[in-house]
Amino acid sequence: MSERQIQLEVLRYNPETDSEPHFQTYSVPCLNEWVVLDALNYVKDNLDPTVAYRWSCHMAVCGSCGMMVNGEPKLACKAFIREYSDNIRVEPLVHFPIERDLVTVADDFMEKLTRIKPFIIPKEQRPVSAGEYKQSPAELLTYKQYTLCINCMLCYAACPEYGSQPEFIGPAAITLAHRYNQDSRDGGRDQRQEVIATHEGVWICSFVGACSEVCPKHVDPASALQQVKVASTVDWYKEHLMPWGKK
Amino acid sequence: MEIVKTDVAIIGAGGAGLRAAIALAETDPKLTIALISKVYPMRSHTCAAEGGAAGVIKPDDSMDLHFGDTVGGGDWLCDQDAVEYFINEAPKELIQLEHWGCPWSREPDGSVAVRPFGGMKIKRTWFAADKSGFHILHTLFQTSLQFPSIRRFDEYLATDLLVDEGRCHGLTAIEMRSGQMRRFQAKAVIIAAGGAGRIFPFTTNGAIKTGDGMALAYRAGVPLKDMEFVQYHPTGLPNTGILLTEGCRGEGGILVNKHGYRYLQDYGMGPETPVGKPVLKTMELGPRDRLSQAFWHEQQKGNTVSTTWGDCVLLDMRHLGEKKINERLPFVRDLSISYLGVDPVKDPVPIRPVVHYMMGGIHTDINAATPLPGLYAAGECACVSINGANRLGSNSLTELLVFGRRAAMSAIAYIQSGAPAAKEAALTVKADAAQGRIRALFQKSNGTESISGLRKEMTSTMEAGAGIYRTREGLADSCKKTGELRGRYAGIELHDKTNVYNTDLLAALELGSMLDCAEAVAVGALARTESRGAHQRLDFTARDDDKFLRHTLTYYHPKEPPRIEYLDVVITKSKPGVRDYSGGKK
Repeated sequence: MSERQIQLEVLRYNPETDSEPHFQTYSVPCLNEWVVLDALNYVKDNLDPTVAYRWSCHMAVCGSCGMMVNGEPKLACKAFIREYSDNIRVEPLVHFPIERDLVTVADDFMEKLTRIKPFIIPKEQRPVSAGEYKQSPAELLTYKQYTLCINCMLCYAACPEYGSQPEFIGPAAITLAHRYNQDSRDGGRDQRQEVIATHEGVWICSFVGACSEVCPKHVDPASALQQVKVASTVDWYKEHLMPWGKK
Repeated sequence: MEIVKTDVAIIGAGGAGLRAAIALAETDPKLTIALISKVYPMRSHTCAAEGGAAGVIKPDDSMDLHFGDTVGGGDWLCDQDAVEYFINEAPKELIQLEHWGCPWSREPDGSVAVRPFGGMKIKRTWFAADKSGFHILHTLFQTSLQFPSIRRFDEYLATDLLVDEGRCHGLTAIEMRSGQMRRFQAKAVIIAAGGAGRIFPFTTNGAIKTGDGMALAYRAGVPLKDMEFVQYHPTGLPNTGILLTEGCRGEGGILVNKHGYRYLQDYGMGPETPVGKPVLKTMELGPRDRLSQAFWHEQQKGNTVSTTWGDCVLLDMRHLGEKKINERLPFVRDLSISYLGVDPVKDPVPIRPVVHYMMGGIHTDINAATPLPGLYAAGECACVSINGANRLGSNSLTELLVFGRRAAMSAIAYIQSGAPAAKEAALTVKADAAQGRIRALFQKSNGTESISGLRKEMTSTMEAGAGIYRTREGLADSCKKTGELRGRYAGIELHDKTNVYNTDLLAALELGSMLDCAEAVAVGALARTESRGAHQRLDFTARDDDKFLRHTLTYYHPKEPPRIEYLDVVITKSKPGVRDYSGGKK
């Protein structure tokens, strides 16, 4: 296990004592196998207990530790020290207000997640006594990938449209709506379309694709958004050009 | 102090807390529900569970078989009435979750697929690839968003239960964002705050699993039950403790020592089964306690592989092939490659046992009720007890659902029974005292102890004395040390004395909870002079049903070690017998 000294530059901001954010640098002895989160934990335990950041699972599934690492949105628990030079800069995810240090305010994301109705709206009520729905592996495959989002919000930090138009519902939330729309057990697409096929929804997306590039779980939100656009366009034509046709 | 009045307050928003909240909201939409968690719900540690959830659904399975596997797996320390309730409710809960959209893996005919798991006689583990806990958590969280009566308090850290005249009337909690304390006045409280694996240095548990819920109840006079039973999962990555699911072995992965020998056959789990054709309830599909103990023996014999991160054995999955690994174990592959640099498609993965789960917890009865009226508990923080001395893999995810819902229904019945209302003045005194305790921590200076230093000493003594195999000497040291650390805890000082998202305060309070839990583990283990399930004593190697077919109850004392009492195990139809993992072969 080789060891190396890195300079970890951490954005610090405490709304009670600081008028604006500043950087503080810590010299951290790192093992080569470490991730940036390990370096932060070293700082917290040995150098400065006042640094604030969120973390829990250390295995890229809880979604807590999203932050900018050298300017890119990353999970700190999956950003390996070995892939960086000796100077690493960590900042809170951009496009979100800073609550303190590396901790952002997630209210906007949580509100959007709620707004898209991310739950099964059944075609018809089915009692538990009727057993499970049948769903073929192929049907599962149509939406499976879009269930893998861990809500880490990296895609919001990467999305230039969300940065300039904060009303944008955004990649993760629209992808989740699409996930339920595609589910053979669901009948709630019309209700979700009212939210996502709007000027705050998919039509803001200009298909930059940054969301898919930064996604640590390979969910590919950009593909979900394109599918929603296509489906919404089809809806529009059916409604306006073929009013006799069924939606 | 701002007061939030609610019918039911739930502490913890992981699998059990969310299931409870949904049950409350569905049963009576007029109930007000406060769902209080120190993290956003989807950060809860339920998300890290990989393998799956057990429930009888297939025609070749039966309730009796699930009962037998669970009770035998638990080395007869399970309460059998609770197990019976659990297995009967399990399929309903898993189907309910399916109706809510959980993306369970499927058979070609569209029915839910099941996979084999350790200690189970029949394949009955429902799974969503190897991210089952993640999908269960997100399905529950997303489902909960449709109920306006569930009012969430995300990133609120509970500090004290409010108890007056022998009833629980709510709690105090600190809002992380503001640092302000709130008083939650509730007719009933459900604790669903998870386990305490972080009292050990090497664990699959996330940073948040610090026994907060257990400590809340414990300090309010509710006993902790069977805390000495700590589960080591046999297959953790050696450098990080990251879990590789039992599904690896369920799908056919094998365990070999440095000679390439499948050593499990030497520890009552043989004879050897064909590679890639796992046979249920034997060899690699033996129970977790036995597999972790076999590792220890191999280590003593010098049969383990030396790695930079300590002694390991090898989990070989190469014969499964890339296609199957990608389909059934994609997360395992990703984790092994990313964190250890080993691709299970190409090489065996070095692994070693890692602290995973607390069988013990807040003492509850079959209704998820604690002895304190108005207080309920469910999930890993509770001990109901269906897991006995050793939990079978894939019972815990189902337990969250079954007893999360049970706690909600019991809380409703309690409220409807007309439990006496709280006396405001009395609660004000209690809440002010809780506030005072936090203020004192802020005002303290000239501290002599560091939070991380005490934490390190705690985890070291737990590993040294309360690991896979235990002795009187080691445990006596751990008891003494944890007691001493609880005393020294008074010497800590906050370095961060500001209000907004103060993680120094968070760490201090979490440490306090962990120390209380750690001492309960050590004291319970020292007093249990037998070997049963996950509690193995080198000085008392046999199970002793005459003396210890009983639950340990530890009662909190602020300055002294806990007082211990014992409670008989509920036996209904399965008399204690021999745990047989020979796969029916002799």
